[in-house]
Amino acid sequence: MLHDRDRIFTNLYGRQDPGLKAALKRGNWDGTRHILAMGRDWVIDEMKASGLRGRGGAGFPTGMKWSFMPKVSDGRPHYLVVNADESEPGTCKDREIMRHDPHLLVEGCLIASFAMAAHAAYIYIRGEYIAERIALQKAVDEAYAAKLVGKDNVHGYPFDIYVHHGAGAYICGEETALLESLEGKKGQPRLKPPFPANMGLYGCPTTVNNVESIAVAGTILRRGASWFNSIGRPNNVGTKLFCVSGHVNTPCNVEEAMGIPFRELIDTHCGGIRGGWDNLLAVIPGGSSVPCVPAEQIIDAPMDFDTLRGLKSGLGTAAVIVMDKSTDIVRAIARISHFYKHESCGQCTPCREGTGWMARVMMRMAEGRAQKREIDMLLDVSTRIEGHTICALGDAAAWPIQGLIRHFRHEIEKKIDQYSANPHSEPVRVAAE
Amino acid sequence: MSVRRLAPDAVQPASFAFDASNREWVKAQIAKYPPGRQASAVIPLLWQAQKQADGWLSKAAIEHVAQVLEMPPIRVMEVATFYTMFNLEPVGTYFVQLCGTVPCHCMGAEDLKKTLKARIGDERHVSADGKFSWLEVECLGACTNAPMVQINDDYFEDLTQETLGRLLDDLAAGKPVKVGPQNGRKASEPKDSIKTLLDPALYDGSLVGGWKKAFDERAAAQKKAKEEAAKAAEAAKAAAPAPAPAAAPAPAAKAGPEPAAAKPAAAKPVPAKPVPAKPVPAKPAPAKPAAKAEEPAPVGDEFKPDLLKKARGGKADDLELIWGVGPKLAAMLNRMGVYHFDQIAGWTDQNLAWVDQNLEGFKGRAKRDDWIGQSKKLASGWRPTNAAGDKPAE
Repeated sequence: MLHDRDRIFTNLYGRQDPGLKAALKRGNWDGTRHILAMGRDWVIDEMKASGLRGRGGAGFPTGMKWSFMPKVSDGRPHYLVVNADESEPGTCKDREIMRHDPHLLVEGCLIASFAMAAHAAYIYIRGEYIAERIALQKAVDEAYAAKLVGKDNVHGYPFDIYVHHGAGAYICGEETALLESLEGKKGQPRLKPPFPANMGLYGCPTTVNNVESIAVAGTILRRGASWFNSIGRPNNVGTKLFCVSGHVNTPCNVEEAMGIPFRELIDTHCGGIRGGWDNLLAVIPGGSSVPCVPAEQIIDAPMDFDTLRGLKSGLGTAAVIVMDKSTDIVRAIARISHFYKHESCGQCTPCREGTGWMARVMMRMAEGRAQKREIDMLLDVSTRIEGHTICALGDAAAWPIQGLIRHFRHEIEKKIDQYSANPHSEPVRVAAE
Repeated sequence: MSVRRLAPDAVQPASFAFDASNREWVKAQIAKYPPGRQASAVIPLLWQAQKQADGWLSKAAIEHVAQVLEMPPIRVMEVATFYTMFNLEPVGTYFVQLCGTVPCHCMGAEDLKKTLKARIGDERHVSADGKFSWLEVECLGACTNAPMVQINDDYFEDLTQETLGRLLDDLAAGKPVKVGPQNGRKASEPKDSIKTLLDPALYDGSLVGGWKKAFDERAAAQKKAKEEAAKAAEAAKAAAPAPAPAAAPAPAAKAGPEPAAAKPAAAKPVPAKPVPAKPVPAKPAPAKPAAKAEEPAPVGDEFKPDLLKKARGGKADDLELIWGVGPKLAAMLNRMGVYHFDQIAGWTDQNLAWVDQNLEGFKGRAKRDDWIGQSKKLASGWRPTNAAGDKPAE
């Protein structure tokens, strides 16, 4: 188990006061001035050396992302935008940061903005998180009052921070859709290039980072890249917030070392699988967008980016959804398909039409009201959506279904057999080709 | 996507305007954004309008927001119909949003749905007393506290059919209710078995500033290393004219035969690859010999990195994607036991130095071309634009 002193989010469970005074005691805002005094290049180099990979799902190296911002301003302002639109099913880590450890985030915003020469940061928080928005705004106000941020702050780097909110659209977690939404439009993703580092918010150089990626920056820089780098496994380093939900005895959020074996994570913090390890059916290890992994493959797998990619899944946001043998997995994945149908922004045809088609077929399969040859048809359609859309929502809709068919085809077939073995007045429908 | 239309004309109010306190609030919102970018405030304003008008957005409210923000009404209409938190038809005083996405689905959201259906009626239907209506929504982001509902602004988590029923009773009776988890948890900690964040030293302030000494030492060491490197470069520049003519042809000559030697038996004519264009001859060769003289003593075998007998899964990564690694170097690395980007990415500087001094004829290149940095990028799935790799930034 990770040592308590190696944890970054020391108020994860909100058992301490989230206010500034208590946050200072926990070491937030501790010597931020010294970090800024080391200069922009040092901050970026140190972040690169720390090996931190973005915590929003894709795992892109954070230091490298920061270094993509123009070194010399061409007159346009630079912006930092923090993606707090946490809507990936299974994920609820940023919520804890914003309501319980908000000062880590505010401090991280200052440091990241300094590293990319931005004087303003917008935090885009999802609309449903109303209490979290109030908590975060309170922390920002406290930081202004204590002159930690603002035009004339004690760090000598003019910097403003604003809290903005959305209104319930999963797609706004995609960075360019988030920028569109922040500009007051429908959240439909933009074509890339140009990338946000050149043309982002209001046409200005912008970097969009996840809450967790920004909130860990202060502690990493204080304790050094080598400290962060020494936790975990090569290329998958540091600590990570895991959100374990579903059929475990005590579901919880917990900060652990990257690459912790699945069994250890569940036994140490979640009280084991409901009904024992033999009762485990499958796990979705990184939020609803990644394919599920059957029990025998995940039990002893280290939870990190590279291992899970090897299992044809992904770490994503480390939202671990555990399903025991009482789960109707076909119905569960059909529910995910319904989610993507609901959340498709409607811009690209393969996704707009495909997610609806897949959801309808999946719903029938969950009842068994389908033909076995439709399974291959479904797989084929999913590969035609994947990779043929502007953003990754099309991929995210296709992957869970592909994972289901890869590992649990027999479950679908069983349902179809059961359905056809019983008399029904309605004929079984088949999807049009 | 779902179809979202405005409520029928019969229920639409004739007009809408922000009240006095909201007008002040609107000004503060617009001030958050750069001049001329007031459209950014459209979502917060629509949300405030919805709050003022009993939880739903009328056509008049949408038009009023358009007027306040000087936006074409259709743009505001687009936003109002795109985002699902804007209710386009009347809702109950207590608007219950039930999360039905997978984690909640697995933990019993279907049962809660039955409770809501029995107590309130169908989805989107306002109960007879006007107090309740409900809607199944997608993930509300409280998955470790599943299943849960949001009632107006507040989250109610860790529900069962009984606790939800009691909650609805209390709300209907106007009794105060407890927001948050309903099973005794405070937030998202493991119930009754917290094993982390128990060290009192984390909270008494005793650890504040403890990092500073090590930080200063590190910073000083980094500064010194930088200065030394600068000095070495200076010295190299000063010494440049003398060794230049002698040193320059040597690597160039080496680069020549490289492709031929790499795959003598290969059917593919490798030499077509423009190896001479690679950095070896192009780089300011004169700087190298002098810099080498400054290099520390060779590193011992204790810094030998972990090497593999054969590629994992029988499939090696294409090491030639690293800028500066050609077929010969790739073969040499494979012989040494290096097959994958993540192997290189995990090396320390000492490991790299060890590999470097064991490369025949290519000494210094591993460090110069920043193999570790390049491999880190490659291991993360990034791919260069050309097959010879992308030159690392100077």
